[in-house]
Parts: sequence; C-alpha cells; structure tokens
Amino acid sequence: MAATVAALLRKELLVELRTLESVPGMSLFAVTTFVVFHFALNQNSVSGDEAAGILWVTLLFAAMLAINRLFVADQDQGGFDAFLLAPVDRSAMLLAKALALLAYLAVLELVAVPAFGLLLLGPPLGQALPDLLVVLVLADVGIAAIGTLVAALAVQTRARDLLGPLLALPLLVPIVIGGARASSPLLSAGHASGVGGPQIRWLLLLGLYDLVFGLIAYAVFDFLLED
Amino acid sequence: MADLEEPVLQLDGLARHYGEREALSGVSLSLATGQTLVVFGPNGAGKTTLLRVLATLLRPHAGDVRVLGSRLPDEAWAVRGRIGLLGHEPLLYRELSARENLRFHARLHGVSEERVEELLGAVKMRERAGEPLRTLSRGMVQRVAIARAVLHDPELLLLDEPRANLDPAASELVEPLIGASSRRTRVISSHDPGGGLHEADLVLGLRDGRPALRRKAGDVDSAEIAELYR
Repeated sequence: MAATVAALLRKELLVELRTLESVPGMSLFAVTTFVVFHFALNQNSVSGDEAAGILWVTLLFAAMLAINRLFVADQDQGGFDAFLLAPVDRSAMLLAKALALLAYLAVLELVAVPAFGLLLLGPPLGQALPDLLVVLVLADVGIAAIGTLVAALAVQTRARDLLGPLLALPLLVPIVIGGARASSPLLSAGHASGVGGPQIRWLLLLGLYDLVFGLIAYAVFDFLLED
Repeated sequence: MADLEEPVLQLDGLARHYGEREALSGVSLSLATGQTLVVFGPNGAGKTTLLRVLATLLRPHAGDVRVLGSRLPDEAWAVRGRIGLLGHEPLLYRELSARENLRFHARLHGVSEERVEELLGAVKMRERAGEPLRTLSRGMVQRVAIARAVLHDPELLLLDEPRANLDPAASELVEPLIGASSRRTRVISSHDPGGGLHEADLVLGLRDGRPALRRKAGDVDSAEIAELYR
C-alpha cells in the first residue's frame, strides 16, 4: 500500500509540476483576494474576527480551485482505468490524492499567510505563527479529506465544475468556522503566545471533523471508483 | 494462474446496458488458453463494451461471466493485474514522458524498471522516451500504450483495434508483444476482415449488441464479416 501511495503521489506532483494547473492559480487567487479586501474594506489593517474570517474564506475558495482539478487528468486521460486495472488497494488513490491536495494547500499557505500578514493583518504575524500553524494543519487535513471525496464524485459527472463547489462548500463550512474561531484570538492585537481554553475546543472540533470525514472518505471511496 | 483445463473466458448470456439502451445481450462463448477471439461489428455494436466488461472496468448486468477462472463482478479483484488492456485511449498521462508513464505503471504492477527499458527498446521508443507524451505522434503514443499493456506480462490481452495509428513497420515491431507470436490469449476488436480472420481462432460478430456470428475462424469467410457492416 505504501509503495502504491508513493507511486501515485509522485505521479500527481510530477503532473502538477509540469502543468502548474493548481498551485500557482490558488496562490494568485489568494493574494488577489487580499488586495481586493484591502480596497473594499477601506481599511489599512484588520484584526481579530474580521481578519480570521477574511483569511479562512480566502483559503477555502482558493482550495476549491485545486479540488475542482484534482481528478481531471485521471478522468480525461484514462488514469482511472489504468489504476483500476492494477492489482492494488483502491484506498491508495484516496490517500495519494489527499496527500497531494494537502501539499498544494501547504504551498498555498506558504504564500497566502505571509501575504495576508503584509497586506491586511494589523497585529504582527510572527508571534501568532506557531499556534496558527496548528490550526492550519488541522483544517487542511479536513479540507483534503472532504475535497478528495467530493472531487472523485464530481469528476464523474458532466457538471463537475458546478457540482464540486456545490457539494464541497456546505461540507467545508464547519472547517471555516472552526478555523476562524480558533485563529481569531491569534490574529488579535495583544495576543499572548499559547493556545487557550476556547481555542482548544475549536481545535478539538476540527480534529473530530477530520476524523469523521477521513473515515467516511475511506469507507465510500471504493464505491465512487466502481462502475 | 488459470487452470489449464479451464477456459480463459467463459461467457454465458452476458448482457450489459447503459440506462435503457442495451449495449450487449446474450453473448455466450468459451475461449481456451492461447487462443485468439476476434470481435467484428460496426461502430456501436458493443465491441468496446465487451472488452471493458472483460477487463473488469464495467459490470455485467446479466449472465455468467468467468475470466481467468474468476466470476465477474464478484471476483474481479482476482483478475486485475492478469489482464492487459489496450483501448482507444492509451491510458497514459500526456504531460509525463513515455519512460515516466511506464515507470508509474510498473510501480503499480510491481514490475522492475529493467522491464520498462526492455519494452521501450522493443517498441523503439528509447530515443524519445524522455519527451512528454503530448509531443509525440499518435503512432508513437500507440507504441508506448502497447508497451504499457504488456508491461506486467498479462495472461489475457484485450486489444481494441490495436494496430490503429501504426504504420506497417510499427505494426511489425509490436507483433512479438501483441501478435500471434506472443502466444498470449487474446481478444481483439477489429474492422479488418482479412487481418482479423488471419489472427483468429474464434470469431464473434456483433450487431446492435447481439451476437450475429459466432464460429471457428476456419469456418468463416470475409463476405460474412462484410455482411455485418451492411
């Protein structure tokens, strides 16, 4: 299983490196959105709930770009058939795609979070960064699990570009809420380092959501690939 | 391995539909190890559907279907990895090179990289093996697809018009891999009565998804094949 996941992940990243279809678009979208928010809000800086909301909504919509494209090459170029003909565990594809999406999100956040700190965020980002990283990782795992599941379902329909966001956004809303609530105190002026009680509650919620959707994705993914 | 006494293919009343439309109906036949079945029929007759059912990519909706001794669809897992499919699509990623594509498939099938190089040599693609597939001609892509289909040394080859896009020299080149001299059990879909009959042990003619002809190749003449297309 590990060798199959490694082979699939390697192929996935190689195709992305060659086509640059997902990550550059996601990053550009996020930075552009921050610029638009900067002018639309008519504020030089934001903090607290407002900052957390802007950050998470932007990351969510940027993630949708990658989710929509996650299985397109496999569907259009016969990758599904080739995979189904191989004597391998089908869950390997779920894991490899989720890991690939996780990698895209990590690169997106490497660009988007510092850009957010520069363009919009009032309080300095440096102090909040270690705790924010925990929130980002927990949220990314959930986005990757749900995104992979929804993308595998949507890509088999004619209206995949419409169906993907329609299915994914409602399922991802709890992650946006959890991420925003957990990171709001971190993005407030006078934030002290360390994760406090209310934040831990949101982090636990994110962790639980990751677990539930990870298990659901594992349970139903095989059926999505079946005829 | 399939029992030598047991047919590689044993179909009894195979049917498959897409929604209301019947794509295959009442297909029954038996194919022994090392034999070649050639399927003729006009476009839309059900040839590709038959190959995809046998490849375990589509479920049969009725009938008893046994491939390499396993009943489909319940035992499809036991057949995967023992079938080589060459369809209309090459099942290769356009942005990856021939070598990267074949190495990817080799990893999925647990095949060594030496085998990849051996096959690149066999289809004379070593020189251009590092170029993205999208830059290659159709014939070259078809040669790589043939290498992909036989990479794991399958017991059963399912070939959908395998020589499409190949010039005569390339066609000769792939003969040891997918031709009669490969000594593999093969199911070939073809529109070429002369070439197809030459390769066949058993002939199946399909019209509107139903068998219109099913006989030993020696008992069929090309006029009967031509009749299928009228």
